[in-house]
Parts: sequence; C-alpha cells; structure tokens
Amino acid sequence: MATSLNIQSQKAVAIPAVPRKRKPGLFQLGEDIPRGAYLTIAAASFLIPIALWCFLTYSGRANALILPTPTHMMSAALEMYHDGDLMADMKISVTRIGIGFLLSAVLAIPLGILMGAYKCAEAAHEPFVGFIRYVPVPALIPLVMVIAGIDEPAKILLIFLGTYFQMVLVVADVTRQVPKDLLNAARTLGSNRLQVLFNVLLPATLPGLLDTCRTMIGWAWTYLVIAEVVATSSGLGYAIMKAQRFSRADEIFVGIFILGLLGLATDMVFKIAQPRLLPWAEAQRN
Amino acid sequence: MPDPILCLEGLSKEYPTKSGSLTVLEPTSLTVGVSELVSIVGPSGCGKSTLLHIVGGLTTPTSGRVLLDGHEVTGPGAERGMVFQAYTLFPWLTVRQNVQFGPKQRGAKKAEREQLADHFLDAVGLHGFRDHFPKQLSGGMRQRVAIARALANSPRILLMDEPFGALDAQTRTVMQELLLTIRSKERTTTLFITHDIDEAVFLSDRIFVMTARPGRLKAEICVPFGSDRSPDLRTSPEFFQIRAEVYDLLHSEGQAVVDAEIAAGSSASG
Ligand SMILES: Nc1ncnc2c1ncn2[C@@H]1O[C@H](COP(=O)(O)OP(=O)(O)O)[C@@H](O)[C@H]1O
Ligand SMILES: [Mg+2]
Repeated sequence: MATSLNIQSQKAVAIPAVPRKRKPGLFQLGEDIPRGAYLTIAAASFLIPIALWCFLTYSGRANALILPTPTHMMSAALEMYHDGDLMADMKISVTRIGIGFLLSAVLAIPLGILMGAYKCAEAAHEPFVGFIRYVPVPALIPLVMVIAGIDEPAKILLIFLGTYFQMVLVVADVTRQVPKDLLNAARTLGSNRLQVLFNVLLPATLPGLLDTCRTMIGWAWTYLVIAEVVATSSGLGYAIMKAQRFSRADEIFVGIFILGLLGLATDMVFKIAQPRLLPWAEAQRN
Repeated sequence: MPDPILCLEGLSKEYPTKSGSLTVLEPTSLTVGVSELVSIVGPSGCGKSTLLHIVGGLTTPTSGRVLLDGHEVTGPGAERGMVFQAYTLFPWLTVRQNVQFGPKQRGAKKAEREQLADHFLDAVGLHGFRDHFPKQLSGGMRQRVAIARALANSPRILLMDEPFGALDAQTRTVMQELLLTIRSKERTTTLFITHDIDEAVFLSDRIFVMTARPGRLKAEICVPFGSDRSPDLRTSPEFFQIRAEVYDLLHSEGQAVVDAEIAAGSSASG
C-alpha cells in the first residue's frame, strides 16, 4: 500500500515537469484545422497552378500552340463572347442537362422509392437495372443514334441513360436506409400503410434525395460532354471539338474552364439550397 | 390485482434461419392490470424487444395471442402507444407537430390537437421547446417528446422498450422520476422493458425476470412501494432488498449468455 502511494506521488510530481506543446498541428487525423489555415491551403491550390502557368507561358518556356498565355485566353474568351457563340453554346448545353436530368429524376425518384419500399418493385426493376448500369454509356452511342438520330432527342436520351440507372439504384438505397423504427413508430401512432408511405417514408428520404440529385447532376455533365463531342453542332462540348480542329488551344481552355465553372456553380446551388429547403435535416456532406 | 387490461396468452416466436428455426421466445403468458407498471428485465438478446413488438402488433407471434380489453389484437394501433430505445421523432416535424402526429392521423381538429400538444408538452416540461426541431434537442429531451407523442393518443397502454437505455446515468434518473410524475397524473398502464435493475425496481409495481435466449418468464416479483415514490426510495434498505432479489435471478442468466457466446464462438472457429 505504502509503495503504491509513493509511486503515485512521484508521478504527480513528474507530470508538470514535462512541457506540453499546446499548438495543434495541421496533420491530426480527422481533426479540424483553423479556418484561416483551411482557406489559405485552398487558395494556394488554385494560385500555385495559375502562377506556374503564368511563369511557363509569359517566359516563353511553353509551346504557345499547346499552352496559351492567360492574356491570350482572356481575349479568346472575350472574342467568343462577342461572337455570340459562347453564350449560345452555354445555353444549349444547360438546356440539354436540364431536360435530360429532370427526365431521369422524374422517373428515377418515384421508381427508386417504390423499389426501396416494396420488395416486389425491387424484384421487378433492380436486377434489370443492375445489368444495364454496367454497360458503359459510350457503348450505347451507336444505338442511341440509330433510335433517336443525331438531334436534340439523342443527346437528351444519352444524358438520361447515363444518369437514370445510377439514380434509381441510389434512390432505392436512400429509401431502404430510412430507419425501420421510424416507420414502426408511425404505425403505433395510428398511421395506416398509406399514411406511413406519404407522411413518414417520403419526407424521411428528402435529405438523401437532394444529395442524390447533387451527385447525379455531376454525372449528367459528363454524359453531356460525351454526347456533344460525338455528334452535334452546338454546345460547349462541340465548341471544344471545333477549337481542336482549328488548333485553337486558347479556345479549348476557355471551353474546359467554363465547363468547370458551370459544374461548380450547379454544385454550389445544391449546397446553398439544402439548409434552406430542409432546415430540419442533420448537416450533410460539404 | 386490479382489473386486467392486457393479457398475453402463450406468446412464442421462432425465426427461420439457414440452420433450422431459432426460438427467440418460449410460450409466455402474463397479465397487466389497469394503471399498473409492469416491467420485464432480462439479459440482452433474450427476446424482450420481440415480446414488446408482438404486443405492439409490429411482429406476428409464432403461437399465442394478445388480448387488449378482451379483444385480440392483430396489428399496430393507436391504443397501444410505443416508445423505443432509438430516437424515433420525425425530424422534419417540430416538437409540437411531433406530439400532434397521432391525433392528426386520426383526423382530429386543429384546436383539439393544439390543446393536446400543449397539455402533454407541459407534462414533460418542454413547452419552451415546442417550435424546435428534434435535431436541436438532447437525447433526454427527445425521449420526453416521444413520451408526450405516445400519450397524446390517450393509449390504453404504453409500451416502452428500454426508453432510457441510450441516456447517461444522470439523465436516466431524471427521466425515471419524470415518468413516475406523469404516471401519477395520467395513470397510464405501462409495460416497460429494461435491463437496468434499479430502474425496474424504482418504477415497477411488478417485475418479470426473463431467462437467457430462448426467453421465458423465470420469476415474478411484486414491488410493494405503492404509487407515491420519492427519490429517497433508491437508498432505502427495502429497495436494496428487492434489488438484490432481482440481481440474484438475473446474474445466472447473464452468465448463461456469455457462456453461450463463448461456446458459439469456439464451435464456429473449431
Ligand atoms: N428478424 C429476425 N430474424 C432472426 N433473428 C432475430 C430477428 N429479430 C431478432 N432476432 C434475434 O432474436 C433475439 C432476441 O432479440 P430481441 O428481442 O431484440 O432481444 P432483447 O430486446 O431482449 O435484447 C436476438 O438474438 C436476435 O438476434
Ligand atoms: Mg431490445
């Protein structure tokens, strides 16, 4: 007894003798870092490549035919804007995405919810979708052209095919993840089966649905560009292809840049809308 | 014993598995009287939740039946309110709307719903939080709302499945006292599941002890403290005596669970 007491008192003396670093490091597994540090790193991730770009191009080290200078690119963007091509291409691309994505959401959300809620709906659609979704979408392009030609319906169909089969499965999963106890609670509160479906299951899926749409619209951009690169005479994908044909590296970069900005903007819209549309939902991913 | 409200007659449950059927609950019969609080304690996995889900109409028994006021129940219903261990408030509804959920499902008028919500939110001491969303509440507060929500249906019986099991010890004590206060006003008959012996002794009029899986009622203990219980009861010699009695009955069952798990583990790996 006496010895153990001794040891304890020695420890008590020893602890304050060790100086402790209080400053949190930037490399702590899963820990937050100061906001300032985060923003600095994020800004650097853009500024460093841009600085490198400026250095390589203005110093003449890079081949101007492959990598144009920022000034060059800016003037190309202005030129495209004044020609009216840029705005027209953006408009047509955004329209295609909008229609293709809406079409797949309008079908995938109700069907996915049915698949998640009822095993017979799952059996009717899930194995089929599971097969189709492993067919790479570009492999469908010839078929799409045979069926829908090369006009607007073809591009919209391709965006639809690219997003629908993924979306319907994710929506089914979102629905299955609604806690069973939530549905049970409703039933013991007197809800009949339809009331459980409409008053509990549907609202419970909303945060997951919004999140799914956010992911899927990203996919839609991918298939849009595939569609526009293959066969079309308008849209941002076409603008990039045309620039390639005329060896206009500056215009290629403008097209890529605008696609990136539009993608980012759609994502931001979802990110900002989520807490406003569903203030009750637990915080979602960034 | 007071007039019976709820009778369980030979309830049993088997689940089909790959290696034959798994008996979770052996035929179980018990009766709960008007305004009683009867609790069931047992080691984890012994079929307590299964039993309560059968009474709630959420699981169909393999054999036996449940009678409420003499009528057989076959599915869930608002006259059997349930409070779960997991948080089951509807996150998209405010506290007030959650409490009004049951009355709204049966088509109660707005004025009546508001009045019910006011009354039961007062009873659980959360009137000031009526317009909060569940995500803004602590675990203890969520369970208070869940109790208010179940009571707003004026159920014949309240079924509680380890409702305070996820709460810290301090909060749990407060919730137990709150439940006693509510019961002294509303006189709601309650079937209460727990694995916490102190909780069972403090709250119950009668305690059933279950065996390890397959679960079966092993003993019944009457708790003679009446309905007027103060927190001091927890430190009285009478309390300790009953507590010890339940503990002795449960201890060997807890051991049986551990032994069974070890046996299953060694046969699976061997
Ligand atoms: N749907 C099911 N299929 C197979 N086994 C189940 C099912 N539901 C519960 N069980 C088993 O029944 C046993 C009792 O479960 P439960 O009633 O939840 O126990 P308790 O609430 O006493 O901890 C557990 O061993 C559990 O694994
Ligand atoms: Mg349980």
